[in-house]
Amino acid sequence: MNPKAPSGTPKIAVRGLKKSFGRKVVLDGLDLEIGVGESVVVIGGSGTGKSVLAKCIIGLMRADGGSIKIDGEEMMGRPTGERERVMRKFGMLFQGSALFDSLPVWQNVAFGLIQGHNIARAEAKKTALEKLAQVGLGPEVGELRPSELSGGMQKRVALARAICAEPEIIIFDEPTTGLDPIMADVINDLIIKCVRQLGATAMSITHDMVSARKIADRIAMIYKGKIIWSGPTAEIDHSGNAHVEQFIHGRAEGPIQMEVRAH
Amino acid sequence: MNPHHFLASIGAVFLNGLSAAGRMALFTLSTLSHCVRPPIYLRLLARQMIDIGYYSLPVVGLTALFTGMVLALQTYTGFSNFAAESSVPTVVVLSVTRELGPVIGALMVAGRIGAAIAAELGTMRVTDQIDALTTLSTNPFKYLVVPRVLAGTIAMPILVFIADIIGVFGGFLVGSYKLHFNPSAYLQHTADFLQTNDVTAGLVKAAVFGFVIALMGCYFGYNSKGGAEGVGAATTYAVVSASILILLLDYVLTAILFVGR
Repeated sequence: MNPKAPSGTPKIAVRGLKKSFGRKVVLDGLDLEIGVGESVVVIGGSGTGKSVLAKCIIGLMRADGGSIKIDGEEMMGRPTGERERVMRKFGMLFQGSALFDSLPVWQNVAFGLIQGHNIARAEAKKTALEKLAQVGLGPEVGELRPSELSGGMQKRVALARAICAEPEIIIFDEPTTGLDPIMADVINDLIIKCVRQLGATAMSITHDMVSARKIADRIAMIYKGKIIWSGPTAEIDHSGNAHVEQFIHGRAEGPIQMEVRAH
Repeated sequence: MNPHHFLASIGAVFLNGLSAAGRMALFTLSTLSHCVRPPIYLRLLARQMIDIGYYSLPVVGLTALFTGMVLALQTYTGFSNFAAESSVPTVVVLSVTRELGPVIGALMVAGRIGAAIAAELGTMRVTDQIDALTTLSTNPFKYLVVPRVLAGTIAMPILVFIADIIGVFGGFLVGSYKLHFNPSAYLQHTADFLQTNDVTAGLVKAAVFGFVIALMGCYFGYNSKGGAEGVGAATTYAVVSASILILLLDYVLTAILFVGR
């Protein structure tokens, strides 16, 4: 197992992260490092704590213990104001897109610029339309409501929103879930293109192995609240780890026993 | 039944109640602290004022009109038994401005606005839109809760002031056209016994009720979970708790504003 980033100060360094909900232990002393400009995909079954890990890192959820460092700055126990400053480095694409249905598409994309960075609406709209073009959507889409878009288009808009403020770190939560294989591949290509153009660090969580193989420099597998294997994408087929083998081949038989109850 | 289990279940209910009260108190304090710290999103505040105040006007106005009309009829039938019909205008104006305008108006708004706020914020919660706000460097409390609570507190007294006028007018219509009062004498009686305090105390009540309605909608919506069922439950809790708090606070405020002075 190698949960460390290749070299230098990691962009994200998670050490001994713990999180429980009642008696259910979700993260059990998890360690993970992600280097600057690296694209790491965390794989794992449903309910293994992938989303909880992402939410703890981005500050949407408070971990019970351990350490989360962003660019070497400790986030745990920091006052809210200081944490908000560091959190401006993040962009996030949510599993269900999480677009604001009361706003037209361009305002969704420009939201972070207008509300979070106090940029004038006209200038923010121009940037939003550029980002929409970057994900293959024309300016006419900017005037539509999110409810008028297909699932794939909503994902593209969510991607445009995540990259609009040019974040240093982007978190992708199940970016291809619910999409057909072709649209999933389009989203994967867009993720690679956008992350490269920004020079951003990316952390994705998914159980879609096709997507993981395509967008990851390194893959880490989470099981029972810990990273049980981590390595370059090319090595995933020769991991020598029975859990990883079972997961990537999608076998029901193996050391991973699916829980039939959430708690 | 095992007495230990019985006691344990009573204890669990008690502890859950305390913890819910604590969470609600923290939410209220957090809301109040954000209300007095910039930035305040004025564009959103204006939109909420229109939603809460302007669009509630037809339903609150109609309720006030019929309340005033029924009150005039009932008072007349009751008071005519001991030849006190001349008190009808006084009873109507004092009842409407002190009690019925604020309370019935607030209960109508709780049903219309409290439910809408809880459903909107609840849906935003279960579809990760509230988390998305945080990731876009926007404080969800300032963006969602503060404009609604401020708008509720400001719009409700304006709404109730208009409802008071419509309610008194309803009584005047019935008094003049059905009960055959002299219209100018009816208005004179209305004005003679009405004091500024009657109106302002009713408006203070309205402001408190507006705050409570928006706060309950925001609290239950903001903390909803569990998909569509959770949003439905949040809506129900918001309306029921706001309605109960309106009636409870009405008693407390009446005791302070009218009996205590």
